[in-house]
Amino acid sequence: MAARLKPGQGPLDYGSRLWLKILFALVLLFLYAPIASLIAFSFNVDKTGVWHGFTFQNYIKAWHNDAIFSALSNSLAIAFCSTIFSTVLGAMTALALWRFKFPFKTPFEGFLALPIVVPEICMGVALALFYSKTGMMTAVRDWIWPLNLINIIIAHIAFSFPFVAVVVRSRLVGFNRQLEEASKDLGATEWQTFTNVIVPFLMPSLVAGGLLAFTLSLDDFVITFFSSGPNSVTFPVKIYSMVKTTITPQINAASTVLIVITLLATFIAMKIQAPANPEKP
Amino acid sequence: MDNWKDFRKVFFTLMTPGTFWMLFFFVVPMGFLFVLSFSSKAIVNGETSILDYNYFSTITNYVDAAGSSYLVLLGRAVLWSAIATVVSLLLAYPLAFAVCFSSPKWRPILLLLLILPFWINLLIRTYALIQVMRTNGFLNQALGFFHLPQTDILFGTSAVIMGLVYVYLPFMVLPLYSTIEKLDKSYLEASLDLGASQPRTFWSVTLPLTMPGVITGIILVFIPCLGSFLTSDLLGGPNNWMIGNAIQNQFGEANNWPFGAALSFILMYATFFVLFVRAMLTRRSKGVDA
Repeated sequence: MAARLKPGQGPLDYGSRLWLKILFALVLLFLYAPIASLIAFSFNVDKTGVWHGFTFQNYIKAWHNDAIFSALSNSLAIAFCSTIFSTVLGAMTALALWRFKFPFKTPFEGFLALPIVVPEICMGVALALFYSKTGMMTAVRDWIWPLNLINIIIAHIAFSFPFVAVVVRSRLVGFNRQLEEASKDLGATEWQTFTNVIVPFLMPSLVAGGLLAFTLSLDDFVITFFSSGPNSVTFPVKIYSMVKTTITPQINAASTVLIVITLLATFIAMKIQAPANPEKP
Repeated sequence: MDNWKDFRKVFFTLMTPGTFWMLFFFVVPMGFLFVLSFSSKAIVNGETSILDYNYFSTITNYVDAAGSSYLVLLGRAVLWSAIATVVSLLLAYPLAFAVCFSSPKWRPILLLLLILPFWINLLIRTYALIQVMRTNGFLNQALGFFHLPQTDILFGTSAVIMGLVYVYLPFMVLPLYSTIEKLDKSYLEASLDLGASQPRTFWSVTLPLTMPGVITGIILVFIPCLGSFLTSDLLGGPNNWMIGNAIQNQFGEANNWPFGAALSFILMYATFFVLFVRAMLTRRSKGVDA
């Protein structure tokens, strides 16, 4: 119907209303101007926030700044470990929930959603208390890197794997169980069926869920802040302390690096998940 | 679906790791926190101990938390979260509408533009906002460039609310987009054909049908706002605390963990109350599922 009218004239052509376009542009400005200026000023010669010329100095300085470098490598190591474990745990839980009926299943599903709905700060302080009371906070202090980050990794797995389970489960809905039966009829064991039939089918959701866990872990400040000891500073925790004391363009440079890493992970996740979407009911 | 009894080994292999993790690193810590909220610091040899507590000895933490100064922080958190949620809704609804009614070629790009900032680290985004808002910040530089009067919004209420909207807007856009996209456009055509004006169509047809998305969006924005402390800490400063800042303070500088635990549980009860209201509301409304 809209095709016969002039573009932008149809009663349902809300997308071409001028006021909506202006609003859209203003919101995009609101969302992106701060980030764009943060990135732009990572290339600034001066540290006062007034543009004085283009340089890569801040990146070089941030790279040689031990505190920033170790915070960034801690963050990446934590994200890497948390991603692997969260993906495995999340996929296993999703498989169990998809395949079996068992008593108290609905309450169990609600229970799994708890880390998603409970305020981060509550989970953070609960873990801080748990680690300090069980002695885990001090025990890991002198362990070799990255084992000294184990408390943070454990915390990140705890809040990431339910998200992975959600992603994997939505993929499993589209699985044809006859494939599994066929595999077993042809003599495959439970394990062979799993590795040769189910895992390949799940692969897109495993990658997407894993990348989700990766960004969740890189993103987290609150829970990390409470569950980290003084020697295990992550990048967000480092920015937090620097924002409270000194602001230097080196933070801008390191932030830009982290933004690029996260956005790359997001784009890969979207590319991989895109073909899976139409199969969802 | 298989019965777990027929494949016990598979069932337990799949269930154990996740359940174990949830029990040990979520339920047990929460249990510790719950016990602590009913505890007081132990007195050892006449001095208040730092590490020992008298467990399950008192409810004073909750009584103290109900005292006016902390109720103010909770009330403020509720009020500011509500304002931020309403502002996000007012912005996100037309935006989601615009995305849904744009050409199919543009739709994914526009949606991506709106939700992309969500993937960027919360602290980096807050830090970016500080650089914009501070006295010599980019906002004032821009205002100065156009010879407009300078503003000083950092460390004020408006900065906190702006920060909350900035951070949580994508959470509002997504559920709204998914309901509006599923909305059967012929209802709108029918309403318009039958002579209803655009505003009338909106209030009587569009809004009621997209109500589930609106409710989900409100929940997704309101709940994290309620528990946030970073935004009010960095953009609001000490005069603009919310309940989250009080919790952080009790576990940090003030070093009264039992009291902080009680505040945490009050925040959790507030969160669950909001979820309960949502469950009640969704049971009653019949629209496009979010």
